[in-house]
Amino acid sequence: MSDVPKQLQYTKEHEWVRREDDGTVVVGITDHAQQQLGELVYVELPEVGRTLKPGDALAVVESTKAASDVYAPLAGAVLDVNPALPSEPELVNTDPYGAGWLVRLQPADTGALAGLLDAPAYTALLDAAH
Amino acid sequence: MREPLIFDQSRPGRRAPSQAPAVAAATDDLPAALIRRVPPPLPEVSELQVVRHFTRLSQLNFSIDTHFYPLGSCTMKYNPRAANKLAMLPGFLDRHPLEPETHAQGFLECLFDLQEMLKAVTGMSGVSLTPMAGAQGEFAGVAMIRAYHLARGDTARNQIIVPDAAHGTNPATATMCGCDVVEIPTDPSGDVNLDALRQVVGPKTAGIMLTNPSTLGVFERRIAEIAEVVHGAGGLLYYDGANLNAILGRALPAAMGFDVVHINLHKTFSTPHGGGGPGAGIVAVTDRLEPYLPIPIVGRRDGSSGAEFGWLAEGERPRSIGRLSGFMGNGGILLRAYVYMRLLGAEGMRRVSGFATLNANYLMKRLAAAGFAPAFPQRRASHEFIISLKDVARDTGVTAMDFAKALLDRGFHAPTTYFPMLVPECLLIEPTETEARQELDAFAQALIDIRDLAFRDAAEVKRAPLTTPVRRLDDVRAARQLDLTWQSRVDSVR
Amino acid sequence: MPFIPHTTDETATMLGAIGAHTIEDLFDEIPAKLRVDELAGVPAGLSEAAITRLMRERAGRNVASLCFLGAGAYEHHIPAAVWEIATRGEFYSAYTPYQAEASQGTLQLIYEYQSMLAGLTGLEVSNASLYDGATAFAEACLMAVRGSRQARSRRVLVPRYVHPVWRKVALSLMAGQNVELVELAASGGRTDLDALAGLDGQDFAALCIPYPNFLGGLEPVDELTDWAHARGMLVIAACNPTALALLKPPGEWGAKGADIACGEGQPLGIPLSSGGPYFGFLSCRKALVRQMPGRIVGGTVDVEGRPGFTLTLQAREQHIRRSKATSNICTNQGLMVTAATIYLSLLGSEGLRRVAAQCHANTRALVSALTSVGGISAPLSPFFHEAVLTLPRPVRPVLQQLAAAGILGGFDLSADFPELGHALLVCATELRTAEDIAAYRRALVGVLGVAVAA
Repeated sequence: MSDVPKQLQYTKEHEWVRREDDGTVVVGITDHAQQQLGELVYVELPEVGRTLKPGDALAVVESTKAASDVYAPLAGAVLDVNPALPSEPELVNTDPYGAGWLVRLQPADTGALAGLLDAPAYTALLDAAH
Repeated sequence: MREPLIFDQSRPGRRAPSQAPAVAAATDDLPAALIRRVPPPLPEVSELQVVRHFTRLSQLNFSIDTHFYPLGSCTMKYNPRAANKLAMLPGFLDRHPLEPETHAQGFLECLFDLQEMLKAVTGMSGVSLTPMAGAQGEFAGVAMIRAYHLARGDTARNQIIVPDAAHGTNPATATMCGCDVVEIPTDPSGDVNLDALRQVVGPKTAGIMLTNPSTLGVFERRIAEIAEVVHGAGGLLYYDGANLNAILGRALPAAMGFDVVHINLHKTFSTPHGGGGPGAGIVAVTDRLEPYLPIPIVGRRDGSSGAEFGWLAEGERPRSIGRLSGFMGNGGILLRAYVYMRLLGAEGMRRVSGFATLNANYLMKRLAAAGFAPAFPQRRASHEFIISLKDVARDTGVTAMDFAKALLDRGFHAPTTYFPMLVPECLLIEPTETEARQELDAFAQALIDIRDLAFRDAAEVKRAPLTTPVRRLDDVRAARQLDLTWQSRVDSVR
Repeated sequence: MPFIPHTTDETATMLGAIGAHTIEDLFDEIPAKLRVDELAGVPAGLSEAAITRLMRERAGRNVASLCFLGAGAYEHHIPAAVWEIATRGEFYSAYTPYQAEASQGTLQLIYEYQSMLAGLTGLEVSNASLYDGATAFAEACLMAVRGSRQARSRRVLVPRYVHPVWRKVALSLMAGQNVELVELAASGGRTDLDALAGLDGQDFAALCIPYPNFLGGLEPVDELTDWAHARGMLVIAACNPTALALLKPPGEWGAKGADIACGEGQPLGIPLSSGGPYFGFLSCRKALVRQMPGRIVGGTVDVEGRPGFTLTLQAREQHIRRSKATSNICTNQGLMVTAATIYLSLLGSEGLRRVAAQCHANTRALVSALTSVGGISAPLSPFFHEAVLTLPRPVRPVLQQLAAAGILGGFDLSADFPELGHALLVCATELRTAEDIAAYRRALVGVLGVAVAA
């Protein structure tokens, strides 16, 4: 079982997206994803300022048994990356939706958020795969 | 029993004086700015300390010489001592690679003969011995396929099709060659999904990379159809020869429709694994790829006093994909494979695949009879087979990893675990032909004992290994707190 | 038939357990038209005595000569203990150390090797080996392109006097990855510092610096390193490992030190072996470690807190990362690393330094002896343990005649580097004695003298 907070949005590739009041979005990986990966040993984050198209590789999360790409859920520019992760990658495991956030983006088009999954839809996807 | 690091046994000023010149020659003619000020941190130990240290380290290892090693896909068969001794004869060992060819005829003749035997074993018409491992062989194969298409002006073909069960080197190689990887699924029967294949082939298909028998341990029964589909779409077929031991002398990759093959000499032809190499990944090709073979290749011509052997390189082979090594590949490994192949002969090679397959099928049947779950119980095992421990894991929490560690305590090296990734909680077991029946029976009994223990006392199994020099190691810590050199420990203490 | 232990009875019993009649039955899934009954073109098997005889005869055809030839492979003394220990069955027939608890010998050895190589090159981390120097050089260039965030260029600057085969191998391996090698002009046997000015404004991911270069010469490493760093390039050192015991290591070049070091490990206890197996070494700054291909061993502890070793950072490698791996390398050159680690332990830093110093001194003596022969000069310096001699005549026939007299005189440079004229690359390692050098001189006088008389 994994945790799927109701107020967030999701992608098929197990990323979550949180829309902030200032129009930026914060992106991370879901509880399901961190369980699959196991204890993270390293997170490779993008450079601030980089512009991304949807589906571009945004980050790499690495455990001892896997290294997975995290994809940009929508087009945008990287404003900020989580400064705690280089020394504490395990935050993604212990608090994937909070302290384990990966990247803050300035979306090119906020309308793109509409294309993301809501919590029930993501939960359904997890149940179907099981 | 722990062996300290050799650095921890150093004492300043201690040396092995007979191994280096007695005096330090003057070097004051060299620019002062280029002279090293602080000596490198190499150990300062006596010769006896070195011998004792590395001998004791060797005793911490499992090896074929000491343990049954049923690692699927690795072909851990006996490495004949004669191969080592004869490859290290001074006439071969002391020879500089750039010596005149007239001085190297014995060496070159061995390599030429090896090329010819490898053609016979694969059914192919051209061979290059230069790739230094399976992965380099794969690189050569994919690069040749690309070169072939480009030479025909067909620049669109940059997709390599790879089954989802493939060894990781396959997609990694495709990327190294600038190709895109297209994965296709495998059927529950263990064969590649032909419908999926038909859907993905097209004008962008450069080729497909297959292992046969596949990484699932079963023969790809519809290989002729696969070849037709891929050739029909204009692509070529690459054979990953990792599992050649299963069909050596009984089926030829060329007859299956493959255009290029690599063979891992350190698997099928018993050159030593050496703790991680060196290997040799020779490539063999059909006529249409022959011009692209990596160089150099040994050629033969009839001279005034008999056969003469020499290297064929850039001048003679202008369309080659080029050189892959500083000299000509892992020559000493090629000599070991040559000796092994001459010891076997044609009939010996057939017996290799016959008895490798006998051992695998026997062991699979014994384990099935004992209640283990082969992944493909209705199929013949090739030289290896998979059992899935997912039911045991579900019922007891004891996983394939736990079984692997428990086997170490019982004196067996574990089989391959968690590969191929398609079968959950899998063990990929390859006994090889050089193991006697009693070894297989003992191994089967060990697995039965572990499973019985799993149901009685799962926690006890999960404590394994208990009798090895170290117990389970913290991989996460190894990756998070990188400790990669002795100096870094010294520095962090400061 | 060799190595197969089964008796007829055992075979029958095992077939019975399977439910098959013959071994051939076990192959019934293979379509009949794909099966062959025998292997044409493979001779019948030989006994060990017979193959021993055959191989002795063939090895005996290889003519022993006095070696003054280097060009990427060097004849050094190898202590007897090195291969006696390296070919122990526990090392020789062990597998890649994936099951760490069963492989602490190999893993600890690799950790010690990594420590020695990192220390020798003056950099922070080393991998567990690559195939050889040429492929290590190619991998270093690819690594620099991957790791070069600042430059984003896919071009690497490579001086003219790098090993010509290494350049060819790099081109073959990088052909599919859109990486370009750009040649840096030379003058006087070294990289031309004046030529650097003409490159300003161009983007490169890295500068490669051979050390020594293919001609045996010593490049202006500090100036080159600082120049490259000032322009956001990484610096790759391609070095001879013996030289590093005597000369300033890459980690100390310029203000910030080189970023990556690579090279051919053969000089460290590996016999000439007719060309292989050798091994390639690769080391780098800690910040680049995740871009480094190949296996890496790390220290850790077990569940009881005991220290141990395991493969680490495997997520970069092919078996996990698959199509996005740093390289496709899997099997590397483990046994050669075993030998090199034992060699370095026996030599130690003082021993290796003396070997290097003796190589240098012997090559100076060789150059001195040969330039005393009329018409021969040594135009380039400084050099480490190889040097260029210019001859009054084409090199190739001279080398052939020397070979007939039992002397491997060196490497003919004229094909790869015509601007050097009739140029010969000679090498004298610590094994060459004064008598050896005198013998070479005599033979050379004979060869040149004969021609002059005619």
